[in-house]
Amino acid sequence: MTVATFEASAPFHIPRWLAPFVVLSFAYIAVPFIGTNYLFEAILLPFLALSLAGVGLNILTGYAGQVSLGSAAFLAVGAFAAYNFNLRIEGLPLIGSIILSGFVAAAIGIVFGLPSLRLKGFYLAVSTLAAQFFVQWALTKFSWFSNDSASGVIDAPSLSIAGIAFNGAVGRYIFSLTIVSLLTFFAYRLVSSQTGRNFIAVRDNETAARIIGVPVLKTKLIAFAISSFIIGVAGVLWAFTYLRTVEPAGFNLDRSFQILFIIILGGLASIRGAFFGAALLVVSPLILSRLGSFLFGDLFNSGVLDMSQRIVLGALIILFLILEPDGLVSLWDRIRKRSVARLNKRKHVGRAAQPTQ
Amino acid sequence: MHLFNQLKAAAVAASLVLSVALPAAHADEQYFPLQSYRVGPYAAGGTGFFGGFIDYLNLINTRDGGVNGVKLTWSEGETQYEVERGVEVYERLKNNPGVAAWNPLSVGIAYAMIDRITQDKVPLITINHGRTDSTDGRVFPYVFPLLLNPYSETSGIVNYIASKEGGLESLKGKKMVVLYHGSPYGKETIPIYELLAKKYGFELQQIEVPHPGNEQQAQWLTIRRAKPDYVVLRGWGVMNPVALKSAAKVGFPVDHIVGNVWSNSEEDAIPAGDAAKGYTAITTQASGAEYPVVKEIIKTLYDNGKGNLEDKNRIGSVYHNLGIVNGILNVEAIRIAQEKFGKRTLTGDEVRWGFEHLQLDPARVEALGAKGLFHSINVSWDNHEGNGYVTFQQWDGKKWNVVSDWIAPDWALLRPIIEKSAEAYAKEKGIKLRTSEDVVTATN
Repeated sequence: MTVATFEASAPFHIPRWLAPFVVLSFAYIAVPFIGTNYLFEAILLPFLALSLAGVGLNILTGYAGQVSLGSAAFLAVGAFAAYNFNLRIEGLPLIGSIILSGFVAAAIGIVFGLPSLRLKGFYLAVSTLAAQFFVQWALTKFSWFSNDSASGVIDAPSLSIAGIAFNGAVGRYIFSLTIVSLLTFFAYRLVSSQTGRNFIAVRDNETAARIIGVPVLKTKLIAFAISSFIIGVAGVLWAFTYLRTVEPAGFNLDRSFQILFIIILGGLASIRGAFFGAALLVVSPLILSRLGSFLFGDLFNSGVLDMSQRIVLGALIILFLILEPDGLVSLWDRIRKRSVARLNKRKHVGRAAQPTQ
Repeated sequence: MHLFNQLKAAAVAASLVLSVALPAAHADEQYFPLQSYRVGPYAAGGTGFFGGFIDYLNLINTRDGGVNGVKLTWSEGETQYEVERGVEVYERLKNNPGVAAWNPLSVGIAYAMIDRITQDKVPLITINHGRTDSTDGRVFPYVFPLLLNPYSETSGIVNYIASKEGGLESLKGKKMVVLYHGSPYGKETIPIYELLAKKYGFELQQIEVPHPGNEQQAQWLTIRRAKPDYVVLRGWGVMNPVALKSAAKVGFPVDHIVGNVWSNSEEDAIPAGDAAKGYTAITTQASGAEYPVVKEIIKTLYDNGKGNLEDKNRIGSVYHNLGIVNGILNVEAIRIAQEKFGKRTLTGDEVRWGFEHLQLDPARVEALGAKGLFHSINVSWDNHEGNGYVTFQQWDGKKWNVVSDWIAPDWALLRPIIEKSAEAYAKEKGIKLRTSEDVVTATN
């Protein structure tokens, strides 16, 4: 696992707020105009939901060091809780059901976080599997959760907040983007707060953390609660803005692994890492699949192509982890550092080249 | 950094190539986007069904030069029966020109598409499966669970068991177990089995097999304890042979297991070996290659190396024939719509009109070379199923043999339940019920 480090400030430096500001203004202003329906429906909406889930898991696994294989369960809790709040509480605004569903996910997260007080590492990972299986079982077993729908599939309600409807691909994108931005900002503030430092202390050395007065048990449960809250909201986005229908089987163990891979590939203990990882895992299979069907579509049937894409994707991930074990985010940082260094050099050279009198 | 740059370059190149490589629009083509699945636990169903569907489209192109000169085109996107992939493929393929209809062959994907296709005004075909209440065309204008919706299937199976026991009255006091696949498809019939159990007075237990279903020891031990008179197998994919084998292991007699319409293929019976001998299953289309249309597909396509199935032994299998029947229904809907709107590329809404007038009587079915392959269909604007007939077939260890006549499910019993469910959906979604006047206007 990576250890958070503090960089020495470079002489030429980009203000901290600039990068998120540029990205967000691009995402809010430019993307809705240039994006196609396909971009929103098939790429950006799953990307946003999975990124947020990655942010949530990264708080738990990356920062607080508690490995979890139950992320999909919390996605499901969030999605089904929001659906039920929305359905059963008359007059509750949508944003209310989303927040409440986050709290439900947090509560379930605390329950399944209890074993972490005793278990560590692989043992904890296995015990979080219980969340995965239990939640899926409960949602399938009790048809009340899906409002007794015959097939256990729920339909997403139409999205509107304070009378403004967020329907259509762009509307849902803006809705999702706003929630993801707010929660990401919260997570960003959190990890640099005292609680965030407690997380890191518990992760790096529990005994040492206890000695310096970090309440280890409380910290672990807080990490589970906050992480599950964020993942639960991500589940709402997945169900309401992306698929617009949900069945419990959609939140299976594969999805939990996918989210874990997102933070491993993107970079553990990094908020940005979740976005990099999600981008890689959402976009690269699509590129491979479209490239494959474009190049070889006439020669092989789609099954053969799909199998070979899996092999290629797997190989790419292995190769990538060998070359860049700290994840995409460290790759990005190195690129940034080098270009800043180059800029500084140029500035320096420019100054040196000025004629002196 | 090196790697990243290369990846980035490849990605940019790929997206550039792909953005210019979209198929160009041709005047007279009708396009079928196929959300197929050829890998994963349900590949047997996917390859057979989409193989048959493509074979029939190909036959129409090769033999007739298209439908009245309008050529049929298609392309495939792999879904692995997963909803997310199905949605992605939908978004990817929907902008191709001249989309006729969607045929995802997955209840989960179909559910996710209902809002989308209704907005895009393109028909969604869920042959022999799907959301039962989409039969009600007043609420679901663009969804067609053709031939046999899940409730009709249930009614057909219960009627068949009753006929074996000597009439519906003798069901009283009998015990039945439904072993269903843990998916939206599998759960679709839970309420209707309960309703029929109450109506006819048989005892009922419904047991779920989690997806994909390759482990059923616990379920069959429960069944052995329950000692039912019949087990209805509502399976899919790998779950079916495993069920038959586990039944043999716990000693449940195979001739008292009745398979539903997605547990009725060669791919379900062959892997179970001797355990499948005597197994009976419902079907809407007979298997075998002796039907004229299948023979023509062999002659025109497979003899020239143009067939879609890799394994020629699967020609005429249940899934392949279902794909062919699905092809017939899609093509005939286009043909019927062309008579009204002109012999050209139709819009999705015009094809919808065609499906709503898809009436093929046994004589027309015979003219299409499919006599005996399937019975007939009679779709109308408010009945999107079209009252398909069912028959039962028994596995003799090598092939399926038909063991019943064409049986009609109890549509009159089911219709009020379907209407009630559809009306509840309409209320939840704020949909205005269509009337027959809304049907004629095909605009977009």
